[in-house]
Amino acid sequence: MPWLRLLGNLWLVLAIGAGHAVAADYKQIAGGHFASVLPADEKAADMQVAPYELRVTPVSNAEFLAFVTKSTEWQRDRIARVFADAQYLSHWITSDGIDRAQRDQPVTHVSWFAAQAFCESEGARLPTWLEWEFAAAADTARKDARADPAWREQILSWYSRPSNSALAAVGGPANVYGIRDLHGLVWEWVDDFNALLVSTDSRDQNDPDRLKFCGAGAMSLRDLNNYAVLMRIAMLSSLKAADTTANVGFRCTKIGAGEKS
Amino acid sequence: MIRHKLMRAVAFLLVLLGTSAFALPPATQSNKLPSDSIYQLNLHLVDQGGKAFELRSLRGEPVFIAMFYASCKYTCPLIIEEIKRTVQALDEADRNRVRVLLVSFDPARDTPAALTAVSVEHHVNLAHWTLARTDPTGVRKLAAILGVQYRAMTNGDFNHSTMITLLDQEGRIAAKSDKTSALDSELIAAVGRTLAGQNP
Repeated sequence: MPWLRLLGNLWLVLAIGAGHAVAADYKQIAGGHFASVLPADEKAADMQVAPYELRVTPVSNAEFLAFVTKSTEWQRDRIARVFADAQYLSHWITSDGIDRAQRDQPVTHVSWFAAQAFCESEGARLPTWLEWEFAAAADTARKDARADPAWREQILSWYSRPSNSALAAVGGPANVYGIRDLHGLVWEWVDDFNALLVSTDSRDQNDPDRLKFCGAGAMSLRDLNNYAVLMRIAMLSSLKAADTTANVGFRCTKIGAGEKS
Repeated sequence: MIRHKLMRAVAFLLVLLGTSAFALPPATQSNKLPSDSIYQLNLHLVDQGGKAFELRSLRGEPVFIAMFYASCKYTCPLIIEEIKRTVQALDEADRNRVRVLLVSFDPARDTPAALTAVSVEHHVNLAHWTLARTDPTGVRKLAAILGVQYRAMTNGDFNHSTMITLLDQEGRIAAKSDKTSALDSELIAAVGRTLAGQNP
């Protein structure tokens, strides 16, 4: 019985109680035309971003704990290996217990499958790359700050920070949409992480018998100076869906009527 | 200056990614699905005849599984022909036990009728082959579990990695192949091993 285990750990009960009292906060983003670094037609066409609601903060350890307490098949000692590697939630004290200091830190050591399952429990899903990139292009005052060298420099300085220090709590400064922590805290899973870099050439140069990729066109990245964003794509593309790391967390997206696949 | 920052960032990235661990549990034959079976995935599919079924209903025999879409002009026909050739190269007893499942990337257009048209065009034996569709979320999850990358293009095509995966009787990945124009002897050998593993 999960309840009995919880009763033995009072602060845990409080943490979960608090999680229930305050539903996760989402903010509406109107969308619009957007020059993604991954252009729609592989050349230069702007993407059209449909309106969506993005979770204000990444999912915290306490929120993820409340989820696995209800959906016990996602606990680290019960999860099917096909959905998460051996490091899944390895930073928690027990399979259903976290350190007080971890409560408000973003949850990491979560696989894509686990992140997706959490979002489904909130009536949401992981954001697409495009939805994530659209919101993350903003700074505190502008919807698209990407051309500003200072914006890029700030992100790159985060990338180069050592990763062995403790993560800060979620809830950093809000951008112009009211969304927090898109940069500077953790990397984040996106729904289509396995769709970002599909081929620069349809044939393996060394072996003409191997057609690794289908599709006539080559994927080309736009705005190659934007290392800050391209590195994130490279990182996400290198992950497998069951992988977990100490630096990858997630947030969720809700979509209103008229969602297209 | 920027190059220096980039190098540091790349170094960080390498550290970040150097922490993956993977272990394959030994084969079991209990009724409980193995932890590393892709049949752990709740995946609802609809076949070329419009009949709904679950991915895990394929448990029990080896399965070649691949993803494709009906309007694909390039490698998808090659994938289908490659699986046909591989199945044809098996001993007759093995051939009759192996199943083939093709799942579409393109649920918006690949109706049962479109899937049937592909099966007719390629003369596949529907006693052993199933062409199926699922919803967009299901496509993403199946691709993720198989390690297939795909991306929808604005012209209706999909860029995707080509991959033929052999699942053992319990739904564990027994072999993968990305060859589409030469018979992959490793894939054939893996079928033999898989079937031998069940009947020692």
